[in-house]
Amino acid sequence: MAPARRPTKSKYTLDRGIPGAFEGETVTRRRFMTGTVHGAGMLMAAGFTIPALGFALGPVFKNVTLGWQTVGVPDDFPDNNYVPIVIVTSPGIGEAGKSTIYMRKRDPSVDKQPLTQYNRWVAITSRCSHLGCSVLWVEASERFICPCHGSVFDAEGVRVSGPAPRPLDRFYTRLLNGLVQVGPRYSVNTELRAFSPRDPGEPLDGLGQYLYPSRPTVRKLPGHV
Amino acid sequence: MSPKPRAPKRRGFKLPLPVPPVPPNLLPPPPPPGTQRGRPHTPLEHAAEAGKSAVDWIDERTSLSGAARWAMFRKVPKGTNWFYTLGSATMFAFLSQAVTGVFLAMYYRPDASGGAYESIRYISTSVFLGNFVRGMHRWGATVMVVLVFLHMARTFVFGAYKYPRELNWVIGVVLLILTMVMGFTGYLLPFDERSYWATVVGVNINGTGPIIGPYLSDFLRGGPEFNATTLSRFYAIHMLILPGAIAALIGAHLYLVMKLGTSAPPWLKAKSDEPELIEEAA
Repeated sequence: MAPARRPTKSKYTLDRGIPGAFEGETVTRRRFMTGTVHGAGMLMAAGFTIPALGFALGPVFKNVTLGWQTVGVPDDFPDNNYVPIVIVTSPGIGEAGKSTIYMRKRDPSVDKQPLTQYNRWVAITSRCSHLGCSVLWVEASERFICPCHGSVFDAEGVRVSGPAPRPLDRFYTRLLNGLVQVGPRYSVNTELRAFSPRDPGEPLDGLGQYLYPSRPTVRKLPGHV
Repeated sequence: MSPKPRAPKRRGFKLPLPVPPVPPNLLPPPPPPGTQRGRPHTPLEHAAEAGKSAVDWIDERTSLSGAARWAMFRKVPKGTNWFYTLGSATMFAFLSQAVTGVFLAMYYRPDASGGAYESIRYISTSVFLGNFVRGMHRWGATVMVVLVFLHMARTFVFGAYKYPRELNWVIGVVLLILTMVMGFTGYLLPFDERSYWATVVGVNINGTGPIIGPYLSDFLRGGPEFNATTLSRFYAIHMLILPGAIAALIGAHLYLVMKLGTSAPPWLKAKSDEPELIEEAA
């Protein structure tokens, strides 16, 4: 092994003959002051960076809930055709915050899910589950058709063809004081099993439900993945 | 028949004789200030003198002239051609976007409940030259993207990304991505049907990234749905965060170009490192 080029210095300041050194001291005053100033600078930078980042990232963790919206009386909705209804999905921004949903009365011969107080009316979103364009209910062919990339869904909202990865989302419905109300949105997989609401483009079959988890902004609905 | 070689002109030729050492008090007195060759300065010469002394004043305190010389008077390889101007063209497209964007911001209102669309309509129909400046910004965005890709193609085809310029390629790719984000965030701002739905689709494409995608969508929208803060978020990213980042990275990009120099076009033969053999004269 080659000999060290410089004589190794002792780690004790006393051995190195530094003025004012005392027994057992290893950190020189210069090193201590440098560290203090660097630390203070980082503390001050963190003082404005962390709140600013939190300010920008805050909405990612904030739960947003919309209440129930009254959409009509029970007689408004037949059980063999959809009725378009406009609801508010994002309050405070006028027309840009509104969205169309398609509603009909539950038909036990078609809808096989067990009857609860929240599915006496079927409410299907007009947001395509591919990338969020507006699907159109075409009565003649009994299909929902998306104009953007050609996804087609049957009368249950289940994908028939096109690039959509899952069926159309649905909304909870209920009857209150003789009025039909629409509540939170939820997503369904191909078997129409309910999940917490997902964004368009996110599959829910197989591994999809784990690759695209539910987010803190939309509350995990009770009993949903 | 070739023309006869002409003798070099001798007019004004002076033999450079050494100046004999003369004691200072025997030298002719210097011209009084404000004169030149014995006559008073013309106003134009006064202005030139004022400019010179102002530049000197700054240079004496900053030494900027050295940096300017280093930056501007560089050696360029043989074969440098018009393709080498694509980078500057891209930078001028960015500068044009910056200037027109600043002035558009004087009229634009990021208000999702209708104010944004109204302010754009006002710019396009009522403001003096409004449609022109907005058109420059709008079409300039496309021009900038096209120029970025042409510049990138030039760099790739000429092999100008190779050692020692790899870091400059990396910075360029980051600039490309930032330009794309610029286009994406700017597309929402007119807030008509097209920009709204394009943003809905674009954010949902972001969301298709596994695991992180849904959270990224929430970050972009500032919530689970397109909402009142989405437009101002996009506006802040578009006009504050991205221009600063792009300007800083262009600075780094240009510094590396000046530091490393430009590369020669690939069709020029490289000079051999081997010393040439010269036959010794007998």
